[in-house]
Order: sequence, then C-alpha cells, then structure tokens
Amino acid sequence: MSDILLSLKGVKTYYGKIVALRGIDLDVHRGEIVTVIGANGAGKSTTMMTICGVTRAREGQIIYDGENITTLPTHQIVKKAIAQSPEGRRIFGRMTVLENLQMGAAVIDYAHFEEDLRMVYDLFPILEKRQSQRGGTLSGGEQQMLAIGRALMARPKLLMLDEPSLGLAPLVVKQIFEVVKELNEKQGLTVFLVEQNAYHALRLAHRGYVMINGQITMSGGGKELLSNPEVQAAYLEGGRH
Amino acid sequence: MSDFLQTRVGAALKDAALAAVITLLLASIMVGLRTKTEQGGLVIVGQWGLVAWMVGVVFVGRLAMSLLIWRGNNPVANAMNAMLPKQDTVSKIGKLVGPLLLLFAVTLPFYGNRYVIDMGILVLTYIMLGWGLNIVVGLAGLLDLGYVAFYAVGAYSYALFAQYFDLSFWVCLPLAGILAAFWGMILGFPVLRLRGDYLAIVTLAFGEIIRVVLLNWYEFTGGPDGISRIPRPSFFGLEFTRKNGFADFFGLDYSSMHRIIFLFYLILILALITNFVTMRLRKLPIGRAWEALREDEIACRSLGINTTNTKLTAFALGAMFGGFAGAFFATRQGFISPESFTFMESAIILAIVVLGGLGSQLGVVIASLVMIGGFEVFRDLEDLRMLVFGLLMVGIMIWKPRGIVSSRAPSVFLKEKKSVSGDLVAEGEG
Ligand SMILES: Nc1ncnc2c1ncn2[C@@H]1O[C@H](COP(=O)(O)OP(=O)(O)OP(=O)(O)O)[C@@H](O)[C@H]1O
Ligand SMILES: [Mg+2]
Repeated sequence: MSDILLSLKGVKTYYGKIVALRGIDLDVHRGEIVTVIGANGAGKSTTMMTICGVTRAREGQIIYDGENITTLPTHQIVKKAIAQSPEGRRIFGRMTVLENLQMGAAVIDYAHFEEDLRMVYDLFPILEKRQSQRGGTLSGGEQQMLAIGRALMARPKLLMLDEPSLGLAPLVVKQIFEVVKELNEKQGLTVFLVEQNAYHALRLAHRGYVMINGQITMSGGGKELLSNPEVQAAYLEGGRH
Repeated sequence: MSDFLQTRVGAALKDAALAAVITLLLASIMVGLRTKTEQGGLVIVGQWGLVAWMVGVVFVGRLAMSLLIWRGNNPVANAMNAMLPKQDTVSKIGKLVGPLLLLFAVTLPFYGNRYVIDMGILVLTYIMLGWGLNIVVGLAGLLDLGYVAFYAVGAYSYALFAQYFDLSFWVCLPLAGILAAFWGMILGFPVLRLRGDYLAIVTLAFGEIIRVVLLNWYEFTGGPDGISRIPRPSFFGLEFTRKNGFADFFGLDYSSMHRIIFLFYLILILALITNFVTMRLRKLPIGRAWEALREDEIACRSLGINTTNTKLTAFALGAMFGGFAGAFFATRQGFISPESFTFMESAIILAIVVLGGLGSQLGVVIASLVMIGGFEVFRDLEDLRMLVFGLLMVGIMIWKPRGIVSSRAPSVFLKEKKSVSGDLVAEGEG
C-alpha cells in the first residue's frame, strides 16, 4: 500500500472552451491535511469537482488509492470513500438536519448509521439540538457543520472541504478547523482543504499548494508557505489577517 | 389628507388614480374617438361609455392588485390567513382529516346517489393521477408537463390488448402499468440532463407526440374514432350483467348501480395503493434520494447518489400509476379516443399537485376535491365557469403560495416527533 492516497497528474479541465485547470499536479498522502489556496476563480473548486467527477478532466489522470478514477461515474468515485462538503455547502434546504445526515450515509447503505450519527453529534452538538429543523433554516455556521457532518456520515477515507470558512465568524471558523484537526489527529482522516482563508488553512495543513489561474505555482509545508514573503504579500496582506 | 395618503390604502388609492388617469388619456385617443365611414366620408364618433368602463376597470383592478397582491404585508391576504388555523394546528387537524376523508370515501356508496358516486369516481381518478404525478414533480422535483401521455398509454394498452388479444381487465391492468412505466423510462433517458423549463418543454412535447401518434395511427388505434366497446371489468370473473352475473350469484336484484359501486371501490383501492406505495417509498432510501434530488442535484451526486437511476425510477413509477389510472379510465368509459388525453389533462393534474402543495399527499386530495368538484359546481355558469375557476386558483395561490398543505412531514424521527412547518421558511411567501 502506497503512502499516496490521491494524486493528480497533469489534470486539465475545461468549461466548454474556457480552460479552468491548466495541468494540475498534486499529491495527498495518507493521514495528511493538504490545502489548496488561491484567489477567486483560481480553479480551486473546479479541482475538487474534477476529483469526484462532477466536472470531468479532459486530460491527465486522477489516481486514488492506486486506482485510476478519472473516468468513473461520480457515484462510483464517491463509493470509494471520498466525501466532500461542496462549495456553498449545498444543504438540502427543505429536509431536516437528520435527513440531511441520513443522505450522507446513503452511499454506505446506512451501515453503522446510529454510531456515526452519535459521532457527528458529538463533534457538532448544535446539530443534535437542531435535528428536526429544516436544513435551510440553519445559520451559515450550522449549515457548514451540517455539510461536514453529512460528509462524515459516509465514513470517508478522504474528506474534501471547499471553503468551510466562507462567511463565518472567526470563532466559528476556529471551531470548525479544530474539529478538522481533531478528526485528522484522532482518526487519521486524510483531508483535502480548499480555502481562501490562507492564514487558517496553512496553519492547519501539513502541506499546501498555491493555485493561480488554473495552475499550481508554489507548494510546500504549511508553516513554510505561511512565512513565504510572496504568499504573505498575496494572500495574507503582509502577514496580517 | 397627507396623513391619509401615507397609509397603505391611501397610497394604493393614489396609485390606482394615477393608473386611471393614464388609462383615460390613452383610451380617449385610442378608443374614445373612432372613425366611421358614412355617406359623405369619415365621421368621428365618441365611445365615451367604453372609455369610462376601461378607466373604472383599471382603477378597481389596480387598487385590488396593490392591496391584495403586490405589497409585502397585504392586509387582505393576512386577514384571510388570520381566519384560518395556524400551521401547527393544521398538521394536527391534518392527522384527522386524512382518516375522515377515507371514512367518507369508503362509506360514500351507502348514501350517495348515482351522480355523487360518479363524481366520486372522477375525483378519485384525479387523486390517483395527482398522487402519481406527485412522485415525479412533488418528490423528485422533475417538472413533467406531459403526464397525460402515461394515462393514455395505460388506457390504450388495455383497450388494445382487449381488442386484439381478448385479454381481461385484470390481466391488462398490470400490463398497462408496466407499459406506462416503460414509456416513463423512454421519456426519462433523453431528459436526464435537463432541468426546470427545458425539462418541462420536452415532457410537454412528449405528451403531444403520444397523442398525435394515437390520432394518426388509424389502422392500429382507430385514430380520432377511438376505440369503443372496451370490455367492462368483472368481479372475480362475475360480470355485471342482468343474467348469471354478480347480482344472480349473490342473490341480489339486478341493479346497474352494482357496477358503478364496484368501479368506485376499484379506483379507491387503486388510489390507496398509489398512496401507500408512495408513503412507503418516501421512508426508504430511494424516496429520500428523490427529495434530495429535488433540493440539489449536485449535492446528490457528490454524496454518491446515482442520479440517473433516481430520476428514471421516479419517471417510471409515476408513469406506472398513470398507466393504472389509464386502464381504469378505459374500462370505466368503455370508449376512449385521443380527445381524452389532451394537454389540458396534464395541466389539470399538475395544477392539482401544485395547488395541493408539492409533495403533499393530503394536499392532492383536497386540491382534487376543490378542482374537480369546483368544475362540477360551476357547471351551470357555462362560460363563466373557467373564469370563476381561475379566480379560485389565483385565490388559493395568494392565500397559500406554497399550496394548500405546505408543511412537509420529515421521513425520519429519532427522539422527538415534530412536523417541520412551511411557515418556518419565509422565502417565497408574501
Ligand atoms: N460552470 C462553469 N461554467 C463556466 N465556467 C466556470 C464554471 N464554473 C467555474 N468556471 C470558471 O472556472 C474558473 C475557476 O472557477 P472555480 O470555481 O474553480 O474557482 P475557485 O478557485 O473555486 O474560486 P472561488 O474562490 O471564488 O470559489 C473561473 O474562471 C470560473 O469563472
Ligand atoms: Mg470555489
């Protein structure tokens, strides 16, 4: 068993004629938190969507757990224990919190449902209080927790998060990132994190990639990137955040 | 005076007066003065009465619109709402309404006369169709404007099987369902990638194609002449005939009512099966997947739901129940022609589902009663019927923008049991 869980090799993705990814190479090792940071429109979300096949790579390969998953149908990719909290959370607004969580477990046929539900409720106690409330009526932070919880219900090996900090108060961001860290440390969960909030993301991640205009321009350890003057200038407003 | 103008009614009056003035100006020129050819050339005649009418209508109409519809906190709709029980109580009453309606339906043949029972059959047919379409539109969120196609497939399946192969109703009923489901899949495949308006247009076309084929395939379907003398259903092999039939077997006096009552219970059972299956499926993974699909397709895919299968099963199941209803329709009428399967039917069924509150089973029942019952009640009004009927629909939509029953019962409960009311979500209302 190789150490690398996910690797993208020269992945190019287009929306019609518009190129969104111009050949992405990146690796995610088992047990690692890897982050991709970049400005609006850099192609971060596209990278995530391409990995799980919602948008398709036109060139290049996506290798997951030693298997080429580039052309598999989305539902089969997800079956391989890749779960995600997509951009904009995409909560099922008219369904209750509990039903949302249940949808997360659908892919593993609700095996260990009660147990996993307990685990998610322990991570995010607010979800238990809100379990019969409609997803659409939750606050932004609660929705983000629900999106992550829903992803965890699938017992993923690889958890992908798209901008979990978007629009949330600093305290909530901290709470969510703490949970991600805990999951990674205690359960050895591999996390692929896409963020604009470079400061938090790089502090949390073991390694990071910087994406500009559909290309990876820099990579390195989280702390290393954090202290890189270029990164600081572009994403951390000269070190402040 | 200025105080008065600042109130909402005042503002609405001012706005209506302005609209009336504009109408007056425009209408005076365009309608008020009319040239007429007479001996000796053109003369101008005034039509001031008509202008006055137009101004009046615009004034009243505009006033009504701004008081009733356009404003966020509209007093009249609110007043109407205040007269009604709150959503919470509605869902409590709702628990009673269902069984009461069922009791009413089951006992109807004991005290209803022939006309009432016929009406009951009609309403139940639409309830069944509404429930079938509810799977597709209400649960899976796939806007289908061609649902009548499956009703037609079911009806023609039975009629043709009976005509060419002499098969009985009970053999044809499942066949009709299967064939309709098959056509549901055929429709499903090409529209898998479509949503919303585009899906609606293609399904609309599909409905029309089926009707046009039925109309033009003269040798096979009889074209516009339709198919007549479709066999009536038997009661476990007993025909409803004067001699040696149902009445003789049970030692009853022959009555033509027996068949009517039998048909009534038949459609009641078919409809209840539709309801039962839907309610069960809602609690199963497939039902939840439909609802999730309605909410967000991308989220579904990223959760590993096979959206292709999910959509196809929704189309197929919805179509199947349409097919059953169609077979019933054929055997009840004894005669079918493409006339019965026009777009109007699809529209009525869809209206039932939408008015009832997308996804609500009880809503479909109430909406069917209101709509089909309404059609009958206003029958005497002739031309005004559609108008009254339209007003009724507009009224319901003002008063309940999310349909009559807008609360959605969650499909799972763990500890506490609590209905999640539509009132909790303000979007789309007012
Ligand atoms: N469905 C689409 N059709 C056409 N172009 C798209 C589509 N989705 C994204 N794009 C384009 O692809 C590029 C990358 O978009 P992407 O959403 O991946 O950016 P991002 O890095 O996630 O940005 P953000 O931080 O704002 O979320 C953008 O230029 C965007 O306009
Ligand atoms: Mg993005």
